[in-house]
Amino acid sequence: MSARLSRGGRLIDRRAPVTFRFDGKPMTGFAGDTLAASLLANDQMLVGRSFKYHRPRGIVASGAEEPNALVGLGQGPRFEPNQRVTTTETFEGLTAISQNHWPSLEYDIGAVNGYLARFLPAGFYYKMFLWPRPFWKHVYEPFIRQSAGLGKVPQDADADRYEQAYAFADLVVAGGGIAGLTAALTAARAGKRVILLEQTAHWGGRAPVDGDVIDGMAADLWVKNAVQALEGMANVTMRLRTMVSGLYDHGYALAYERVADHTPGDGRPRHRLWRIRAGKVITATGAIERPLSFAGNDIPGVMLAAAVRDFVVNWAVSPGDRTVVVTNNDDAYRTALVLADAGLVVAAVIDARPSATGDLPAQVRARGIRVLEGRGIAKVKGAKRVTGVAICAQEGEGAVLEEIACDVVAMSGGWSPVVHLWSHCGGKLVWDAEASMFRPDAARPPTGDAGQPIAATAGAASGALQTAAVLADAHAAAGGEGLAPQATGPAEAAMLPVWIMPQGAGNALKSKMWLDYQNDVKVSDVQLAAREGYESVEHTKRYTTLGMATDQGKLSNINGLAVLSNALHQEIPATGTTTFRPPYTPISLGSIGGEARGEIFQPLRQTPMHGWHEAQGAYWEPVGQWRRPYCYKRGGETAHEAVNREVINTRSNIGLLDASTLGKILVKGADAGRFLDMLYTGVMSTLPVGKCRYGLMCNDNGFLIDDGVVVRLSEDSWLCHTTTGGADRIHAHMEDWLQCEWWDWKVHTANLTEQYAQVAIVGPKARMLLEKLGGMDVSREALPFMTYAEGTLGGFRARVFRISFSGELSYEVAVPASEGLAFWEACVAEGAEFGAMPYGTEALHVLRAEKGFIMIGDETDGTVIPQDLGLGWAISKKKPDYLGKRAQERSHMADPNRWKLVGLETLDGSVLPDGALAVAEGVNANGQRRTQGRVTSTYHSPVLKKGIAMGLVLNGPGRMGEVLDFPVDDGKVVQARIVDQVFYDKDGEKQNV
Amino acid sequence: MSEQISALVGRSYSGFSTVAEAGLVGMVTLRGDLGSAELVAAVLAATGCAMPGQRRRVVAGDWSVCWMSPDELLLVGPYASAPGLVDQLTAALEGQHALAVDVSDARASFSVTGPKAAEVLMKLCPVDFAALAEDEVRRTRLGQIAAALWKSGRDSGREEYSLVCFRSVASYAFGVLENAARPGSELFAG
Amino acid sequence: MLTLTCPHCGIRAEETELSPGGEAHLKRYGPGDSDEQFEAYMFARKNPKGVHFERWRHAYGCGKWFLAARCTATLEVFGTYPAQTSAPPEHIIAAIRARRPGWEAGQ
Repeated sequence: MSARLSRGGRLIDRRAPVTFRFDGKPMTGFAGDTLAASLLANDQMLVGRSFKYHRPRGIVASGAEEPNALVGLGQGPRFEPNQRVTTTETFEGLTAISQNHWPSLEYDIGAVNGYLARFLPAGFYYKMFLWPRPFWKHVYEPFIRQSAGLGKVPQDADADRYEQAYAFADLVVAGGGIAGLTAALTAARAGKRVILLEQTAHWGGRAPVDGDVIDGMAADLWVKNAVQALEGMANVTMRLRTMVSGLYDHGYALAYERVADHTPGDGRPRHRLWRIRAGKVITATGAIERPLSFAGNDIPGVMLAAAVRDFVVNWAVSPGDRTVVVTNNDDAYRTALVLADAGLVVAAVIDARPSATGDLPAQVRARGIRVLEGRGIAKVKGAKRVTGVAICAQEGEGAVLEEIACDVVAMSGGWSPVVHLWSHCGGKLVWDAEASMFRPDAARPPTGDAGQPIAATAGAASGALQTAAVLADAHAAAGGEGLAPQATGPAEAAMLPVWIMPQGAGNALKSKMWLDYQNDVKVSDVQLAAREGYESVEHTKRYTTLGMATDQGKLSNINGLAVLSNALHQEIPATGTTTFRPPYTPISLGSIGGEARGEIFQPLRQTPMHGWHEAQGAYWEPVGQWRRPYCYKRGGETAHEAVNREVINTRSNIGLLDASTLGKILVKGADAGRFLDMLYTGVMSTLPVGKCRYGLMCNDNGFLIDDGVVVRLSEDSWLCHTTTGGADRIHAHMEDWLQCEWWDWKVHTANLTEQYAQVAIVGPKARMLLEKLGGMDVSREALPFMTYAEGTLGGFRARVFRISFSGELSYEVAVPASEGLAFWEACVAEGAEFGAMPYGTEALHVLRAEKGFIMIGDETDGTVIPQDLGLGWAISKKKPDYLGKRAQERSHMADPNRWKLVGLETLDGSVLPDGALAVAEGVNANGQRRTQGRVTSTYHSPVLKKGIAMGLVLNGPGRMGEVLDFPVDDGKVVQARIVDQVFYDKDGEKQNV
Repeated sequence: MSEQISALVGRSYSGFSTVAEAGLVGMVTLRGDLGSAELVAAVLAATGCAMPGQRRRVVAGDWSVCWMSPDELLLVGPYASAPGLVDQLTAALEGQHALAVDVSDARASFSVTGPKAAEVLMKLCPVDFAALAEDEVRRTRLGQIAAALWKSGRDSGREEYSLVCFRSVASYAFGVLENAARPGSELFAG
Repeated sequence: MLTLTCPHCGIRAEETELSPGGEAHLKRYGPGDSDEQFEAYMFARKNPKGVHFERWRHAYGCGKWFLAARCTATLEVFGTYPAQTSAPPEHIIAAIRARRPGWEAGQ
């Protein structure tokens, strides 16, 4: 039985009972409890089933290292699986469900795996599922999927909010135990800007539990004083429930604050991820006690010795009435003392060392507790709960000397410093043979941008386990001068490394010795891996899954690699450790996403007319981060019908397009013409003021990256239109060349894309609308095709460009963005009598495709040069240089067999699928059907009433009239004839009226 | 004259701090040699402001001048005056290698006001606000967009930051600021 | 996540405020140059474990390009400097040599 004690409990408030449910069963705990403490207080030792064998599992630890006790917490939109009960605070109304069993925690069908254990050895999955290959899809994968995964996936959208915040500090101290408090005080007194973070809800760490005396005070009082002193300092920021989850390059640390896990739904963000830039990080992260490997060490009731005393001292919870302590060190004797002080029975202390003579064993003996020296546990008895232990000689092979009845086994295999943060960013470790631990090598710290150390360790995280040494180390780590806080305590004798118990155990025992509880990896599995030739610890980890569970091997790593080292007959440092990677314990995806969800998942760029489009029921198309209307559906129209209507209306009346997203980059300066001649394949320096010219831009690798109309605004300034998606990219491209290559050229650029709202007024009646709006002269004579003028239209300050991307009479009118909506509305209202209607991007595409105009991103894909697209007319032959010119002279670019742009017309009038490939005879080197072309743009033309397409085809322009085969879905083949890509108004008369 | 509206028409939100779109603000980008006597004189004549140092801001009357990069200033003032200011600067800098252009309509401006205003911005910008000088202009990242910000409390007499971003992302900027200012999400007690 | 100090505006910017631009100090080859020269300019990039010169743009800040000398193995930054130069300046070379004795430019 585990139960609540009638007295004590330094962290609980007995006046504040809280009720919660576990697997539907109502239970009561106290404010200040962890869920682990509450469950134990309700005699709920069995809390889950293991992943592979579905073994019954109980609470082992009292903190972040807990491997077994994972539950599903919360309900509905606040449900989350795999939460450790040891780090979950109990609150009123909490609900938890146990995991990994069916039909129930007590009776689990999956436990049959345990009987099959000898058929499920290390590497089982790799061996079993290799052959035969066809089995994978229909047999193995469904089987694995059905049994894979720990916990249930939440079904509802997360109800909580998450956020991030940036912080800056000279020093971040990770860990609020006595080492962290000492380091923070030391640094803060020296004037440093300090952030002190503690992952639990309490300051002080283990010291108050262990009964340390610091500076003549009980540890509790010393901690209280230290916290008060820090709280009074303006240069110190302190946070509880905040775990430093990772340390990264140049002193970047992530800290995970569980703001409202214990107060769900109170309106605060649930988690907050702090993104901290620290001059230095002191990791005062303590140490984790190691389990011992003896047969049956996973039976509920076998716990870490320090966890047992945590439960007694912190939460007044007795894990059981009768405890056997098993250890290889003096520290575990503290557990015996704590239990005895609480009036509980310690049946015996089993010490693997030949003799136990230190102060602590002496105190234990003085209480009349039996101490067995040189002994080990041969086997734990019990199934869902420990009922006793069989004792053997540690040096032997497991012959049972006696049996002792007990319901708790408190084990201690020594301590491992928490070196994770130190190691995340490259800090190295050294093997300390005396203490049998990997500890940080202070001579090889992680380094920052100036090569300086960015981390130091303090206290137990350095490997200092005695209180006085912890304080001295922490004081020194923070650069303290003078005396460190002083501590007195019992002297402790050396520990004895014990990697398996008894040392001569045979396979029958070793196959019941668990290393990794969560992933069910046993001593025998690691030894099998070694026999099968696994020498690297990283490979062994992946083969056996040792340390790959959600606890990332916090309890199992050192024991596992010691077992591996023994099996490989080498020293532990020769085996080394696996890589420590952030986060230290799992952090929520919500905190990583931060505020980026819903409406603010990403920036959506909006034109000044966005609201109008929305009100008109625009069907949106994402174009980069812009949202542009794809079409405006009317009545019961489908999108396709709407597009057809918009195309036909634009060709016969007036179409209005919100073209505000088009890039508009102002280029000005004495060398602006020269610069643009380098940037574009054509000549822009000779463009007369007031004239427009279509231009192509390539990168220096020759490939076409953007196109648009360039306008000469004045003697020394040009306006470059770019594609919608290209504005920022092309502006950056310009600045790159100006700043990094031609920095002595006198050129300024300004990205004016968003300064103007731009409306394309397109169609045979376009001029009538402009004339009705009134103002500047927009006649054919005053404003011919490919010219530009400034003036007013209907009272709006307007820049008018006579350019056309549709083949129709077209004016693009730019007005200041703040007047964009008003101008648009004026066009709609005044245009009504001429049949003006807005059109969207799909109609724009159809209109341009009917005219054979290319679209960046359709006809180009980063491997296409202008010459491929029949755009030789826009490439200057006279210019000595432009970006891409040299590249386009390369043999592959000049190859006459490149695929080139043509029009494609299906014989049956259907619409070719986008991207469809034209096949050729034979197969290539990979045995695939040869191809000779592909579709780059394809639409139904409502004007021509048939499918039209453009594509890149081998020698295409020389093969007019030929018919190509395009295999499409279901083995069908669509035939299309190669034609000129201009399908509509080949002579361009309509745009020039 | 037509109706002129800012990106969000002055939308505001009061959480633990107040976030407000500032309406139409006049802004002129001036690029050139910031060390040249002609440019310094032209800026002084047009705005009354001396040339700000690196990342600084100078205020005089209606206009302020922000240092944006080694060859770029942002002049901030009344919306209606911006076109005239561009003309004045262009005339004054005739023959110089300089560019003055009205960008008032390409931008959206916001204020974040209240004793905890910095806490709103701390959630979105990788900026050490405790180290931000009173007259400093910081160009940075606000969530996923570019922004420029400075303390404007001296102008308004309140704890306040001003922030400028591109107009097309005004809605996103307001969204993240509003979200960051929600009651209950204060970063620090008190 | 790296921090680099922008030499143009003086901000010690974190990586999220910057955009990378690959190897620095490339000499552009164009029309009239040989295939080998052009290939080396366009495609052959150094990938050293150690001292490297890189282009960075203060994209979310002042928008200016700058160059950084840093160690790709330790991520140590020896210095940053404006992009308007065709070779690393003396003080940068000196800073590298102070930390990496024996280092030669062109390595």
